[in-house]
Amino acid sequence: MAQGYLEFDVARCKACELCVYFCPREALGMDKHRLNILGFNPVTLIKAEMCNGCGICAMMCPDSVITVLKE
Amino acid sequence: MKKVLMKGNEALAQGAIDGGCRSYFGYPITPSSEIAEYMARKLPLLGGVFLQAESELAAINMVYGAAATGARVMTATSGPGMSLKQEGISFLAEAELPCLLVNISRGGPGLGGIQPAQSDYFQATRGGGHGDYHIMVLAPNNVQEMMDFAIEGFALADHYRIPVMIMAEGTLGQMMEPVIQRESVPLLTDKPWATDGCKNRKPNIINTLHLSPDVLEQRNMILSDKYQEIKRSEKKAETFMIEDADYIVVAFGLLSRVAKKAIMELRQQGMKMGLIRPITLWPFPDEVIHQAAPQVKKFISIEISMGQMIEDVRLAVNGMAPVEFMGRIGSVPSPQEITRRLAQMVEGEIK
Amino acid sequence: MKVVAKKPESLTEAKYHYCPGCTHGIIHRLIAEVMDELQIREETIGICPVGCAVLAYNYFNCDMLEAAHGRAPAVATGIKRLLPQNTVFTYQGDGDLASIGLGEIMHASIRGELITVFFVNNAIYGMTGGQMAPTTLLGQVTTTSPYGRKKEDSGYPVKMAEILALNQGSAYISRVSLHNPANVIKAKKAIKKALETQKNREGFSMVEILSTCPTNWGMNPLEALKWLEQEMIPYYPLGDFVSKKEA
Repeated sequence: MAQGYLEFDVARCKACELCVYFCPREALGMDKHRLNILGFNPVTLIKAEMCNGCGICAMMCPDSVITVLKE
Repeated sequence: MKKVLMKGNEALAQGAIDGGCRSYFGYPITPSSEIAEYMARKLPLLGGVFLQAESELAAINMVYGAAATGARVMTATSGPGMSLKQEGISFLAEAELPCLLVNISRGGPGLGGIQPAQSDYFQATRGGGHGDYHIMVLAPNNVQEMMDFAIEGFALADHYRIPVMIMAEGTLGQMMEPVIQRESVPLLTDKPWATDGCKNRKPNIINTLHLSPDVLEQRNMILSDKYQEIKRSEKKAETFMIEDADYIVVAFGLLSRVAKKAIMELRQQGMKMGLIRPITLWPFPDEVIHQAAPQVKKFISIEISMGQMIEDVRLAVNGMAPVEFMGRIGSVPSPQEITRRLAQMVEGEIK
Repeated sequence: MKVVAKKPESLTEAKYHYCPGCTHGIIHRLIAEVMDELQIREETIGICPVGCAVLAYNYFNCDMLEAAHGRAPAVATGIKRLLPQNTVFTYQGDGDLASIGLGEIMHASIRGELITVFFVNNAIYGMTGGQMAPTTLLGQVTTTSPYGRKKEDSGYPVKMAEILALNQGSAYISRVSLHNPANVIKAKKAIKKALETQKNREGFSMVEILSTCPTNWGMNPLEALKWLEQEMIPYYPLGDFVSKKEA
C-alpha cells in the first residue's frame, strides 16, 4: 500500500471537517491544540500511517488547504 | 474628399467607422434604427462585429464587455432605450471604459412620441444612473457634425477613458444634408488595462465593486480629478453676435439653427440679439455665458422640452441677469414662431 | 514523490471569503484544475456575478471582470465576439442567472454564444443573507419565504438545465452535484466537456452545479451535503441534457 503524505496550508482551513468525514481511512482530525489565523482548529493528520495518498480529502476541501503527495 | 448627401443617422454611423469603430451592439428603436441597419451592412465587410441584442439593457453590457477588450465599440438608441442603459453607463463610467453612446432623442416621458425632443438633457448631463459619475455629451446641429462628432467622440473616449454620448434630436437623425467624408483615423491607442488574456503579463481585473470605503472614496477622487480636467479643457460652444447683444438666446442641437434664423430676423428689426450654442452639453460651457452676463438684459433658453438646460444657464449667469424659458414639445418650432415669441419676450424692455 | 493534488496554478494565492464548507471553493478549484489541464489560463477571461462569488475576480488567476447583476452573459458576449480565439466563461449564482439575468442567459443560449456558463445552484440568495431564489424548493424556508415557499405565491423552482437544453444554440448542458467525491469527479468532467465544447466552437455550454449554503440553510457543511442529496437531486436530476457531440 503506497504511503501518502499531506501538506496543510493551515491558514486557509475553516474547520468544515468535510475532509475528515470523507477520508476513507479516517486518517484526519481537527487539531484541538491550536487555532489558525482565522480562529479555527485546523485539520491535521491523526493517523499518518493510514494515509495512502488517495486525494479524496483534497477533492472535498472547499479551501484548497491540502496538498497530497505519494511515493 | 467628395461631398455626399447623407442621412444624419448614417453619417454618424460612417463617422464612427472612420473613427475606428469595429463593433456595435444595439436594439432597434425609432428614430435611431438606421444607425443599427447601417452598421449591420458595413461592419461585417470590415471584419467588424454587429450584434442585435435582446434588449438595450443587454446591449450596454455587451458594450461593457467589448470595451473591456480594448475595442472601439458603440451603441445607439433613443430615450426609452437610454433609460434601460443607465445602470450599465454607471458601471462603464466607474470602470473607465471608453465607448460611444448615441441618443437620437424623441419625445417623452413614458413611451412618448417619435417626434424630435431635447427632454433627455438631464438624463444625459446629470446621469440617470447611480453614483457620482459623468459622461461627456456632444450635441451636433448638422449632419456633418453627426459624422465628425462620432470620430471625435472615440478619440475623447479613449483619451479620457470615459463613455462619450452624442445626443441629437430625432430630426437630425432622419434629415439629409451633404457631408464631406473625413480621413479615417489611425486605429487604436494602446490599452494595457484591457482584459484580452493575460499572456506575458499579470492578470487584469475590471471591477467596480469596492467594499472598502477608503478604496471607494479613492476611486471617486480619481474620477473627480478626471472630470475636473475635462471641465478645464473640453468645454465647447459656438457664439453668434453676442459681443453687443442686449439679449442672448441659449440653444443647442438642430434647434440652435432655427434660433439663429430668428435672431438674424430680429437683428434686422433693430433688436441686439445674440446666440450661444453649447456644443458640449457636459462639460457645460458656462464661462462663455458667465462672461457675457454683465452686459446682457436677459437670457432666453430655448429648448424642445419643458425646460432643463435653463438650469445650467441660470447657474452660469449666477443671478447677473434674468433667465427666461421658451419651450416646445414634440416638434422643432419654426423660425417665424421663435421670432414672434422672442419679440414678445423682449417687447417690454425695448421702448 | 508524485503530487496527487495541489492548488492549481489557475487559482491565485488569495484566501476565500466563503463560509466554512461552502462548495463555491470546490467549484473554483475544479474550474482552475481544468484550465490548467487545457493550458488555457493565459487566454481565459472570466466574468463574476453579483452574489457570493462576486469576489471571484480575486481568486481566478486569469483576466477577470465583474458584471452587473444578471448581465454576465451579455458582458461575456461582448468579449467573445471581439476575441473569438479566447476562452470566456461566466460564473453565476441562481439569483444572478435564473432571476434578474434570465433574459440574458436565455438569449446567450438562443444565440448559441460560444461561451461557457458555470451556474451555481444552491437554492437560496447567499450574499444578501438567505432570501428565496427562483431555485428555492417548495416548502423551503428562507428569509423571504419564512413559512416555506408556496407555489401559490411564487410558483415552482426553475429547472435551468432543462430549459436551456431546449434551445438549439445549446451544445452542452449538464447538471452535476458536489455532495460526494464520485460526484465531484463527474462535475470536473462536465466542466472540462463544457470548456472543450467552447474550444471546438460547437455552441453554448452550461454546467449547472448543485451546491450548498450551510450558513443560510442553517446546517453544518456535512448536513448541507446530505440535504442537497436527499432534497435537491430528486427535483433537479443530474446528467447531460444536451451533448451535441453525441447528438
